[in-house]
Amino acid sequence: MFEGTVPLAHYLTLSAVLFVIGIVGVLVRRNVIVVFMSIEIMLNAVNISLIAFDHYLNLSNGQIFSFMVMCVAAAEVSVGLAIIIALHRNKPTVNLDEFNLLKW
Amino acid sequence: MEPIHAPESIDLIALAPVLVLSVFAMGVLVLDLWAGKNKTLLMFVSLVGLLMTAISAFAKHPLPAFAFTDSYIVDHLSIFFTCIFTLSSALAILLSAEYNERKGMKAGEYYALILLCTVGMIVLASSTDMIMIFLGIEIVSICLYVLAGFRRDDPVSNEAALKYFLLGAFATGFLLYGMTLIYGSTGSTNLFKIAEFIKAEGAPSSPLLLMGIVLLVIGFGFKVAAVPFHMWAPDVYHGSPTPVTAFMAVGPKAAAFAAFFRVFTEAIPNMAANWEILLCIVAVLSMFVGNLGAIMQTNIKRMLAFSSISHAGYLLIAVIAKSAMAGSGLLFYMLTYAFTTFGAFGIIILLGRKGEENLEMENYSGLAYKHPVLALSMTVFLLSLGGLPPFAGFVAKFYIFSAAIEEGFVTLVIIAVLNSAISFYYYLKVVVFMYMKEPAGEFQISMTPMTLFVVIIGIIGTIELGIYPDPIIALTGLN
Repeated sequence: MFEGTVPLAHYLTLSAVLFVIGIVGVLVRRNVIVVFMSIEIMLNAVNISLIAFDHYLNLSNGQIFSFMVMCVAAAEVSVGLAIIIALHRNKPTVNLDEFNLLKW
Repeated sequence: MEPIHAPESIDLIALAPVLVLSVFAMGVLVLDLWAGKNKTLLMFVSLVGLLMTAISAFAKHPLPAFAFTDSYIVDHLSIFFTCIFTLSSALAILLSAEYNERKGMKAGEYYALILLCTVGMIVLASSTDMIMIFLGIEIVSICLYVLAGFRRDDPVSNEAALKYFLLGAFATGFLLYGMTLIYGSTGSTNLFKIAEFIKAEGAPSSPLLLMGIVLLVIGFGFKVAAVPFHMWAPDVYHGSPTPVTAFMAVGPKAAAFAAFFRVFTEAIPNMAANWEILLCIVAVLSMFVGNLGAIMQTNIKRMLAFSSISHAGYLLIAVIAKSAMAGSGLLFYMLTYAFTTFGAFGIIILLGRKGEENLEMENYSGLAYKHPVLALSMTVFLLSLGGLPPFAGFVAKFYIFSAAIEEGFVTLVIIAVLNSAISFYYYLKVVVFMYMKEPAGEFQISMTPMTLFVVIIGIIGTIELGIYPDPIIALTGLN
């Protein structure tokens, strides 16, 4: 096995930065699809941490966990896109601000 | 890297409730192909499945039993919670039958989704491994996203589903990141091993672990709708089909609390000095924002949503107290909450009719003159939610509060009791509308048998658990 020369902290920082990018995307962007993609970035940022921990601490649970995360993310994508399509049929827009029947 | 072995403790009997219910859920999906327009058969099969699940929950002896290399546990908490979940799903299915008929929601997968959601709840309440807890939460959430938007042609229902989905998935990200950081800093996803590690290290204050705990609080806070992570609750409760609202106010919330309680009392009790204050703040905020928010509402579903936020605050007190008694209190509280909530939503459904939901409080004006029994039932449910003796809500609050006082959280309990007093303002507001205002128009109440049946079960449960709670309290493990 090749020992990485990149320290664990770098991977964790990358993952944290990606996670924050995801959060900012969810909070700032108003396009439903982009918000949705930002959430996926958050989940995949976590996957990086999981794999990095596994590699550097000689563990194996995290790899299983990251597979589970991918499965769940795929299921979530299918349900999420279905919801967006159902919504689009009633109201042809993807702008979050126009969904205002219910007061936030 | 250590090699990965297949789990040496595969134990299908421990997993029996999950397996039975999964089979029934898929059976319902297949049956739907032959069932045609009439969904009564599907409903009946679903109810039988839930009953079998509740029975199979008792299959494992002796307790507590561990399975799948300690990632799954059958203990008192999980069995009792399984019974609460099957009860609440059965009540939700009974409530749905006539509502769906009226709204033209004829799809059979509705029942399969409720059953699958229940599978997720059982997994959530029985897991002692963070991977399993994550899976359980996602099974529950994904089913609920679909159920919330089940009225596909109704923009309000769509919008509720979208908001629930986006905020739910967002919260999942936080929860997952919290789990990862805890995994990274303790080296295990198993709750018991995490606890061992923390004990051996003497409550380490590594920033990764602390960050992980904070993120866990955020993630779970979203799932149980605690302030400041509650924004989705009023909208989603308002927009979802009413039986689904009742369902998500009870079952998934109980499941999330089961996992919340298990993680915080099994895995990180030795870090309590760090998370106690955080949870106290969340609990106090939930109670105040929930109760004050409910006062402002004129829509009864939104009012009950805010009321459920304040109930999340009361339930958090049980997590903070983290004793065995608090666990029993949590069980008892969720059971009474199931009876009262389903009863109240049953009446809301009875008052609605095709095309007009009648969700505003004015629609309840003078109900007592035309339908005194319905008005009286609603009064019982609301007073029980508020915690007035002799109804069940009082006993439930009493147990959680006394558990907290035993652990020394006196200030927190005083704040909670004050909040119960505030909550009577808005619960009684509905009562005032029903008893003291003139009827605005004719009530067109269709006394549909199954919805009435749910209301009657709700009434019996609320009064029985209030007047003679001893047998059930013995079952919750409180002596």
